[in-house]
Amino acid sequence: MSKILNTEESNGLVIISTQGYLNKDLGEEIQSVANEFIEKGTTKFLINLSQSNIVNSIGASIMIELIETLQEIDGDLSFCELAPIIEKTFNIMGLTKYCKTFKSQSEAIEALG
Amino acid sequence: MSKNPTVELKLPILKNMELIATQTAEVVSKHMNLSEEKSGEISMAIIEACINAFEHSNSKEEIFIHFIISETSLTVKVIDQGVGFDATKVAIPDIDSKINTKERKRGWGVMLIKELMDYVHFTSDSSGTTLTMVKNKGQKDE
Repeated sequence: MSKILNTEESNGLVIISTQGYLNKDLGEEIQSVANEFIEKGTTKFLINLSQSNIVNSIGASIMIELIETLQEIDGDLSFCELAPIIEKTFNIMGLTKYCKTFKSQSEAIEALG
Repeated sequence: MSKNPTVELKLPILKNMELIATQTAEVVSKHMNLSEEKSGEISMAIIEACINAFEHSNSKEEIFIHFIISETSLTVKVIDQGVGFDATKVAIPDIDSKINTKERKRGWGVMLIKELMDYVHFTSDSSGTTLTMVKNKGQKDE
């Protein structure tokens, strides 16, 4: 139902693309993949949510944990291609104070690369 | 006086069952010509309401969701048969106090529901909780 579709690294930026419901399971999967890259020295992450059109607060809370982990190593978490309701949810929760959001992946790569 | 059309769901407490409720919400929203924005807000509020009922009611009994359609609004009732809670004692979460502290990162459900819906009311006692949420139709939804 929900999964990581693709993970790619380019110029020190890891892009994780997801599919489906951003719930506890998918949140933990993203966190786990990110932690593997963090152990290898990566500090910049972009989550592409173009194929995830729904979220819950548990999945979003796991993203807060990832932001926290990245802050400890002077890293950054960004999101792109958010469905309007996901962007609204992140805004209400205040996540967008601690991470950047971009309309498209290419726009994000240009800004973060 | 005619009764408002009502859709009723009974959900077992199983993983991701809240998505059944969001699919129903989408159909009802479409029937009412609600905007995609409002439809998304209703779905998100229902997800959080279901998760709260699943996780905090301490009940293994099913939860009931009623979608009550009127000319001017959609009322959604989420009813659990759990231990109840005092909604006035639910702390308002603040990300600034959660980041880089030992504070639990979760606890956003009630706040999100209140932000996303036009009217929210809890009635709760030791036999269960009923959450009533209303989304009003706007001029753009006609």
